[in-house]
Amino acid sequence: MPEILKKYGKIKETLDYASTDVKSTGITVIQVGSATCENAAGAEAVKFEFQKLINASGRDNIVIKQTGCTGRCSQEPIVGVFAPDNFPVKYKQVTVDKVAEIFQSHVLGGTPVVSLMLDKNTNIIYDHIITFCETNYEKRPDHLELSELFQERLAHHGISNERVRVLKGGNIGLSRFEDDDQHAVMIVFPENVIYRYETVEAMDEIIKEHIIDKTINQKYLIHTEKLTEEYMKFYGDVSFFNKQSRITLRNCGIIDPENITDYIHAQGFKALALILEKNDPEWIINEILDSGLRGRGGGGFPVGAKWRNTRTLKQDPIKYVICNADEGDPGAFMDRSALEGDPFSIIEGMTIGAFSMGASKGYLYIRAEYPLAIARIENAIKIAREYGFLGKDILGSGFDFDLEIRLGAGAFVCGEETALIHSIEGLRGQPRIRPPYPSLSGLWGHPTCINNVETWANIPPIIIYGAEWFNRIGTVGSKGTKVFALAGKVKNTGLIEVPMGTTLREVIFDIGGGVFGDNQFKAVQTGGPSGGCIPEHLIDTPIDYESLKEVGSMMGSGGMIVLDHTDCMVQTARYFLEFTQDESCGKCLPCREGTLRMLEILERITTGQAVMADLDKLYRLGNMIKKTSLCGLGQSAPNPVLSAIENFREEFEIHIKEHRCPTQKCSKLISYHVIADKCTGCTLCARRCPVLCITGGRKQVHEIIQSQCIKCGECFNVCKFDAIQKI
Amino acid sequence: MCTNKKYTLSDEIVDYINECLSKEHPESYLIAILHKVQGIYGFLSEIHLDEVAHLLQVPTANVYGVATFYHYFRLKPRGQFAISVCMGTACFVKGADSVLTSFKSELGIDMGETTSDGLFSLEGTRCIGVCALAPVVTINDRVYSNVVSQQVSQILNEIKAAERV
Repeated sequence: MPEILKKYGKIKETLDYASTDVKSTGITVIQVGSATCENAAGAEAVKFEFQKLINASGRDNIVIKQTGCTGRCSQEPIVGVFAPDNFPVKYKQVTVDKVAEIFQSHVLGGTPVVSLMLDKNTNIIYDHIITFCETNYEKRPDHLELSELFQERLAHHGISNERVRVLKGGNIGLSRFEDDDQHAVMIVFPENVIYRYETVEAMDEIIKEHIIDKTINQKYLIHTEKLTEEYMKFYGDVSFFNKQSRITLRNCGIIDPENITDYIHAQGFKALALILEKNDPEWIINEILDSGLRGRGGGGFPVGAKWRNTRTLKQDPIKYVICNADEGDPGAFMDRSALEGDPFSIIEGMTIGAFSMGASKGYLYIRAEYPLAIARIENAIKIAREYGFLGKDILGSGFDFDLEIRLGAGAFVCGEETALIHSIEGLRGQPRIRPPYPSLSGLWGHPTCINNVETWANIPPIIIYGAEWFNRIGTVGSKGTKVFALAGKVKNTGLIEVPMGTTLREVIFDIGGGVFGDNQFKAVQTGGPSGGCIPEHLIDTPIDYESLKEVGSMMGSGGMIVLDHTDCMVQTARYFLEFTQDESCGKCLPCREGTLRMLEILERITTGQAVMADLDKLYRLGNMIKKTSLCGLGQSAPNPVLSAIENFREEFEIHIKEHRCPTQKCSKLISYHVIADKCTGCTLCARRCPVLCITGGRKQVHEIIQSQCIKCGECFNVCKFDAIQKI
Repeated sequence: MCTNKKYTLSDEIVDYINECLSKEHPESYLIAILHKVQGIYGFLSEIHLDEVAHLLQVPTANVYGVATFYHYFRLKPRGQFAISVCMGTACFVKGADSVLTSFKSELGIDMGETTSDGLFSLEGTRCIGVCALAPVVTINDRVYSNVVSQQVSQILNEIKAAERV
């Protein structure tokens, strides 16, 4: 009785996707990012400017499309120009004054503006760009990378590397075709076709037919609906992107998040239709269990097990599902991006979960600090209801499910599931002792399943491509991919998604492009206030739940802050502890009082008043808090401090014994001095000093009275002649 | 402004609370209601908290408990231009503290205070998720990215100049 799939097919037919599809209509699409970060960088004004120019040109075959964020944050606003039969071109840091040039030269004239292109380090316009899927190359007997072999063969046929660019990609989401080590899989742009073959002879054949004769080789061509087809089509030629594997963020930066047509075209709601057609909740739970998906909020609890518990532990006609979008970790923004860039997928994931567990009501708990994300998800819920993907009798299946948004109000502890439940109930967001777990007794005492944004977004692809596909990505204990918010002292800041098992080095140096300003790498902080600092000698640690725990950090929600040699580890540890101390809800003593005492000790260390016994006390206290706190916040709060002491003990000792901060970050341990030779006597510092402790009039060398100086650093910041010295 | 005789809260909010009362678990809408009150009045005054408690039939102590628990809620009015310096990790690492120091010395106020002319108030905020553009400062709804402390006086002067016009 394929009624539901038929209904889904009918809805899909009614949607007019062609009007924005470059291929079918010959129109040119100008894609402008629209997310909180893009808007902060000025994307809205850029969009407005393009619209003005389109109107002025009188052309009706140019359209603007807004998308979510692609994750290339440091280069925003990003603008894509997609013209028929051409490579999609991405421009970086497009400010309003660059719009006219791009529009005149590229959109109207057909000549891309090379100087403004994203990650473009050459002026060459290639005939073809070929991306290899190279996840398995090291297992090949000859150990030769496929892309190298291919380049060798190109040279053999006399094709210069100025015509064809060959790139190595990660797992490009070719679902069923990446299963063995024998086959090569590659995508050829701009035709966007995929070849799969085994032998060097086949490689030669493809080169002859495709590159030389410009015809598509039918023998090795494969047809597959690939998860990231659109993504690779748009971004496959940029190394920042093609090293990633996108499952959670598969649609971010590709589809218009306010348009259901785009989402459905990207296989949206197909998984929902499939499971409703199958009508077998147990099958869904088994699929999720077999996939090995673990909670992406930080804890890493197997998702399938949580779903099964919620379904079976208690016979209760009322059950709830909740999406935890209270992304309180300072330094993480993947949930915001997913909500802003692909809100429908979270709705779909939650609906599938609700069906499998027998829930008919769901809540999205979102931070109030994310107004655009809230607006996008509100809009998506409304549209999904209109099309019958939410509400009563979804797709005619008889299954009812609806969603309600609840706003958080700025409490980090509400990321803890029992605290979050209290907050939805309208109470103070304080956690309670578990068990009973929410799967037995959650919201208003009913069985409740809480997963975070990223987890829910993973559900639809697992249903469509199957548990086996998902299970192949990642490591033994950690399956699939993980999104990280890469920030701090790294060149390419932004949002990235990599398979579990990727090393920190690959993330920071290959995708992130290394440390900003080519400074020396010092440590990477993962897991936010619950995680720890991982020093340089452990940078080859693979990213998975267990490995990160072993080195004293944790997966957490996915913040990844890179620190360089100018960062003080004591200060960083103090920063995180100050955060958790402030956010401690006050319910249990170890967390409430313990973190405060730890903070006091750290305060003493950073001001040069500590003794060596303080360091041992700090360490003991930290471990005690970990063991005795009520909830995850307290149990993990000491992590940043403990891992800093373990890995950078020497730096703590210098602070304590020598009253010195090696990186000159602890203000009480430094002093400011005027360099007489450089001082021009401009009086700027003296005027700006909040305590008026700088002497010397106009054209006289100034002097700082050390006994009065509060070490605010204002003089150092304002001096235009670098005449203030920090010691 | 207020047409309702009994309450100083606007009709919009009174109606919203009545709407909540007709739903399941009406008390669970308390946080949403406080968001609405703060959205209109800028902060949560004692009398408004009392009225919310009365309308929603929840003890005032609970309402006050919720209002003080969450960082997002303010019990004091803030300036016409609310300056929030992001103190998230990425911003911290990129020097948000020196930006904050500059704002403090330029305005002559501390965190959580308002200038005597009521024009500016200063607060530190939790991560707003724009980490890649750190350090970030928001002034009302406008986001300033990659702020350095030298820019602070210029930013303030621009706002003051626009205000004078």
